[in-house]
Amino acid sequence: MSLFKQITEKPWERKGIIGGLKPEGTFKSPAERVALNFFLTAASIVFSLFGVSYYIRMELPDWLPIAEPTSLWFNTGLLVMSSVLFQWARNVVGNGGSKNVKIAFFGGGVFAILFIAAQLQTWEELQLAGVYLSSNPAADFYFLLTGLHAIHIAGGLYVWIKCVFRMVTGAEAKEQRLSIELCTVYWHFLLVVWLVIFAVVANT
Amino acid sequence: MAYVPLADQDHEQELHHPHSWVEKYVWSQDHKVIAIQYGGTAVLVGLVALVLSLLMRMQLGFPGTFDLIDPNAYYQSVTMHGMIMVVYMLTALLLGGFGNYMIPLMIGARDMVFPFLNMLSFWFYLLSVLILLASFFVTGGPTGAGWTLYPPQTTMAGTPGHDMGIVLMLVSLAVFVVAFTMGGLNYVTTILQFRTRGMTLMRLPLTVWGIFVATVLGLFAFPALLVSCIMMMFDTLLGTSFFMPAVIESGTALDYQGGSPILFQHLFWFFGHPEVYIVALPAFGLVSDVLSTHARKNIFGYRMMVWAIIAIGGLSFIVWAHHMYVSGMNPYFGFFFATTTLIIAVPTALKVYNWVLTLWEGDIRLNAPMYFAIGFIFTFIHGGLTGLFLGNVVIDLPLSDTYFVVAHFHMVMGVSPVLVIFASIYHWFPKVSGRMYHEGLAKAHFWITFLGTYAIYLPMHYLGFLGVPRRYYAIGETDFIPASAQTLNESITIAALIVGAAQLIFLFNILWSLRNGEKADPNPWGSASLEWQTPDTPPVHGNWGDKLPTVYRWAYDYSVPGAKSDFIPQNMAEEDVEMEASAAKGA
Amino acid sequence: MILAVVIFALVIGSVIFHFASPWWFTDIVSQWDSIDGVISITFWITGAVFVLCNLFLAYCVYKFRKKPGHKAVYEPENHKLESWLSAITTVGVIAMLAPGLFVWADFVTVPEEATEYEVMGQQWQWNFRYPGADGKLGTADTEFISELNPFGINPEDPNGMDDIVVNAPEMHLPIGKPVKALLRSNDVLHNYTVPQFRVKMDMVPGLVSYLWFQPEVTGRYDILCEELCGIGHFIMRGAVVIDTQEDYDAWIASKPTFAETQAMAAPDLAAGQAQYAVCASCHGAGGEGNQALNAPKLSGLQDWYIERQLNHFKTGVRGQTEGDQYGASMVGMANMLVDDAAVRNMSAYIASLPDVPAQPTIQGDIANGADIYDRNCAACHLDNGNGTWYTDAPKLSGMNDWYFVTQIKNFRSGIRGLHAADPYGEQMVSMATAMAAKNTDDTKEMEDVAAYLNTIR
Ligand code: HEA
Ligand code: HEA
Ligand code: HEC
Ligand code: CUA
Ligand SMILES: [Cu+2]
Repeated sequence: MSLFKQITEKPWERKGIIGGLKPEGTFKSPAERVALNFFLTAASIVFSLFGVSYYIRMELPDWLPIAEPTSLWFNTGLLVMSSVLFQWARNVVGNGGSKNVKIAFFGGGVFAILFIAAQLQTWEELQLAGVYLSSNPAADFYFLLTGLHAIHIAGGLYVWIKCVFRMVTGAEAKEQRLSIELCTVYWHFLLVVWLVIFAVVANT
Repeated sequence: MAYVPLADQDHEQELHHPHSWVEKYVWSQDHKVIAIQYGGTAVLVGLVALVLSLLMRMQLGFPGTFDLIDPNAYYQSVTMHGMIMVVYMLTALLLGGFGNYMIPLMIGARDMVFPFLNMLSFWFYLLSVLILLASFFVTGGPTGAGWTLYPPQTTMAGTPGHDMGIVLMLVSLAVFVVAFTMGGLNYVTTILQFRTRGMTLMRLPLTVWGIFVATVLGLFAFPALLVSCIMMMFDTLLGTSFFMPAVIESGTALDYQGGSPILFQHLFWFFGHPEVYIVALPAFGLVSDVLSTHARKNIFGYRMMVWAIIAIGGLSFIVWAHHMYVSGMNPYFGFFFATTTLIIAVPTALKVYNWVLTLWEGDIRLNAPMYFAIGFIFTFIHGGLTGLFLGNVVIDLPLSDTYFVVAHFHMVMGVSPVLVIFASIYHWFPKVSGRMYHEGLAKAHFWITFLGTYAIYLPMHYLGFLGVPRRYYAIGETDFIPASAQTLNESITIAALIVGAAQLIFLFNILWSLRNGEKADPNPWGSASLEWQTPDTPPVHGNWGDKLPTVYRWAYDYSVPGAKSDFIPQNMAEEDVEMEASAAKGA
Repeated sequence: MILAVVIFALVIGSVIFHFASPWWFTDIVSQWDSIDGVISITFWITGAVFVLCNLFLAYCVYKFRKKPGHKAVYEPENHKLESWLSAITTVGVIAMLAPGLFVWADFVTVPEEATEYEVMGQQWQWNFRYPGADGKLGTADTEFISELNPFGINPEDPNGMDDIVVNAPEMHLPIGKPVKALLRSNDVLHNYTVPQFRVKMDMVPGLVSYLWFQPEVTGRYDILCEELCGIGHFIMRGAVVIDTQEDYDAWIASKPTFAETQAMAAPDLAAGQAQYAVCASCHGAGGEGNQALNAPKLSGLQDWYIERQLNHFKTGVRGQTEGDQYGASMVGMANMLVDDAAVRNMSAYIASLPDVPAQPTIQGDIANGADIYDRNCAACHLDNGNGTWYTDAPKLSGMNDWYFVTQIKNFRSGIRGLHAADPYGEQMVSMATAMAAKNTDDTKEMEDVAAYLNTIR
């Protein structure tokens, strides 16, 4: 039944069990995935509101665009690698396999850690170049947005570490299928967020 | 989309069974215990906010008579009163308290999907409350910038608590948002994915619908609060200029430049307006169920009620700037926001009509929960209609920032949902505690609270018409406010003190009845919805014994023609319904 | 049953309360009758809805209350009824909204011929600026703000030179001409409200907001700040006077232009010194004060504050209230200063005297005093008690503590500060009444604050 049909039916007219003999969810996917989707929506709202604020603040006269460091391209590469590896792990477990899953999954996280380290390095560079917090609003937003993005990755890494720990202590990759899938979705989300941030910073 | 089995009948959700006392009541993962923890904490901070409001009222009613409160303390009280009442009391009580208790029981689940996250949500909430309360004890005291926290004044000298108080407030709000998000993800996922067999979306009681939409609103609106808190924190602590323009503090220019205070207001109200519906929608839901049960009649126009909740929820995201008509934003926005604001009255009006029509041709039991519920309809109509004045942008010009606004939002948020909360506490008390409350005391509590609050807020509108500004420590001398305004203020204060004291009756009734109340039937009201059909009263961990209930009908089969009993529980199969001898079967 | 009756009674009672109560909007003095018109429409529609819905509610409660043998009717929905109700509600909403939007369209389009003036809000004072002969306001920015240029008018901008500045919370407008108020703020959000005009708008630092209206009735009306702006929000008051054109022209001609305020000649200290000889007999040669004669210490006070007080004594704003016997003795003295220049010279001379803190004479609970002072008074008089031109608050640290107590008592009992021409004193009246005192002779809290002030000299 489509969602629209569900909420237009007249519940007093039909009695008896509707649906199967077992409890059912509205969506096919596991609860964790539904929750993650809601969370991602909320997180996108956070980032979008920052984006809106960015554009509104940009219109004001004291805005000085910052020259984005070239090292950001390299950092982006790290994050893309991370996503690619997660996707690989996911594809394999998705097809019921387990070959190289651990390697891909571990690698994905490691690249994410490298990404954060590289981002910190870029902060350093910027500060040396005289772009530091409260020097001008564009810089403020740069630090704020990248910082927030890094915190989100760190949150993802927490789940990743738990999963890695389970795998290291003997769990089969297959049993971690859901965790791997959710991590992958989350990483792709953060990659997209990063690309948008990068595009915005680079073009304004 | 197709339904897919989530879990087997015999292999239903595994629960973590607590053993020790601490695990059972302190680090509990049982949604019912968490609900009580949430609710209890909310009521306690609510009492703090209540006392603050009475302090304010004493100053306003009898200026200069009581030494308790100077201008500084007054502004701190206003701010903390508003913030605690809206966020830490109502939101937490309605979603953390009622949401946690009702959702699994009403949809026939054993618990929330993520019990651990649920527990964490409470502990984060408690932490945010503690941080908030801590601000009463730091140098400078809590912030006095108004619950709207408008920059630049939040962080500038001349505003109480501009040093530590505001920082603690921002941290506390951020922690609250985290707590809410953890709880909220739980509620929506549980409602969507954990309904028992047969429980379609349209068979959900309206309580669940109200809580569901309110939670979704919260998940999408609280980010705006978080964003504005973060940016304000940067401005305050790190010297950035997101919201701070170039300003002069006590004659010296501060080191800020170019920020936009109006941007903060947009962010705040993008959260703030949905927030008022976050507290209204669960109340709408709860009151629908109380009304229907005690009127012994199905809720009138169930579908319309559901759609109205959804419509109000959706619309509430595009009306926020009606709080900003006179903020100095581009005045052309006024056309759009006045229109959307008044459009929201239509679905809301339908809800009101349907509540009244539920009583029409009912068989109304006039007990305490019903008193409160009917009182709610009255005060909500009043408060909603005054909202139409403010929403109509030109009328907001004279009335904005006067006591008319204060009266509007107390009628619609300080009284109406509070009446629903009382109705619901009395209504569900027998299920939660296994005992009955004392009816006489409850009625006394109703009369004083209902008549008392009306005596507070009806005259307050007239202070607004007169033009008495809000957030004024004292009216002082003006050329247009007659001396009789002070008489009004005095009578308002006296009414407020009486109403405040009357809440002791409520507390006493609840505490006393917990031990000494009459033992209650499992389903004393003859209610059809699932939460009354648990095998144990109060429900035990896991709620449903060894078998989840099966749902055969909607939650409002009251006085069904032909049926012998005047209600048919949701989990009663058609063939088990006893029919009256005369009625033809299956009619 | 009772509930039905009570709801019925509340509905009737509310209606009676509305029509019998004397409380309604104050009389309008601008051309915005159309706003009042929309209010009436809204009032009647919502009033009717209120009465009808609630009477119907009361009727239902009465008619369908539980009775033996009575059974509720099962009626899941009635789509037709619901549609009708939605339609009627929509019509009601349109009936309120449409006229509202038309009037709003008027509000956002300022008539071409409207003249401009500027309102500047700052913690917790009002200042005004008029465009002067060229009809144009000069540009302004916070970076130019100083004691002598409180508007921050750009000194390079020729348009600003003839701007007329009013550095006091009273403004005038001519009757019958549309005006556009440009609203600015120096620090936090404020709001420019004159209830009789019906329109208000926030003043936001960093941008210029506006509103417009046309004054229709002469008179003096209060300006209130209606956006929380800190602890002095409730005492941020001003006044607008609607004049006939002649009165207005005379008033505006008496005000200095920006160029004049910048070009003011330096005061003549020697002249001030010469005249001070008379004052020295009471206040002491160094302005150190003399308790035996009830003459307070003057050294350390800011020149603008002394100037204001002397003018107040001269014009009878201070010192002529019953009970102010010491103030009364100042009236004659101040009148010896014949013109504004003399007052200025005198003030400048006194302000130039070396500031030696007065001897403490009062003991009190310093901790309590500090608490009161830091939480309330420091907002204007600053943490160190030095006062500032920005809030118009004088220096308190180092003053005579006995004089401090008398002045707070005077403010409390309305001896000082209640004169219509004393907006600054009025602020202190409100602050002083906020200090606890069980009766007029109870000076405990004042002494506590005085004792604290003695410690921060
Ligand atoms: C539960 C909380 C709640 C609810 C439900 C509402 C509901 C509404 N509110 Fe209110 N509001 C607040 C809480 C709430 N408000 C708060 C807290 C503030 C102040 C915040 C602050 O500044 O501190 C505020 C402030 C506020 C303002 C800003 C005023 C100002 O600051 O200048 C405005 C302006 O548009 C407004 C409008 C409305 C409207 C149009 C509704 C509508 O949704 C009302 C709809 C309901 C009805 C209309 C009644 C039922 C209808 C009928 C019985 C039939 C009607 C028939 C016809 C119209 C023909 N509200
Ligand atoms: C839910 C919201 C809520 C509630 C219940 C209240 C309750 C009360 N409020 Fe208000 N109030 C606000 C939200 C609320 N308030 C907000 C948001 C502001 C704006 C702040 C700002 O401007 O920044 C405000 C501001 C405000 C002002 C304006 C101050 C000013 O502008 O200068 C005043 C003045 O009279 C006032 C008075 C009162 C009184 C007398 C009560 C009550 O005492 C009324 C009577 C009591 C009850 C109806 C019982 C309440 C029940 C509980 C507290 C639950 C907890 C306890 C138990 C369950 C036992 N409040
Ligand atoms: C909103 C601003 C404000 C606040 C807050 C304030 N004052 Fe004042 N104070 C003023 C102004 C303005 C004057 C000048 C009054 C005048 O011109 O007559 C003044 C004058 C005084 C004087 C008279 C000084 C003299 O030499 O005659 C005293 C004493 C004083 N204040 C004490 C206090 C104390 C004590 C408090 C705290 C309870 C306080 N003030 C809070 C603004 C303020
Ligand atoms: Cu200025 Cu309130
Ligand atoms: Cu709103």
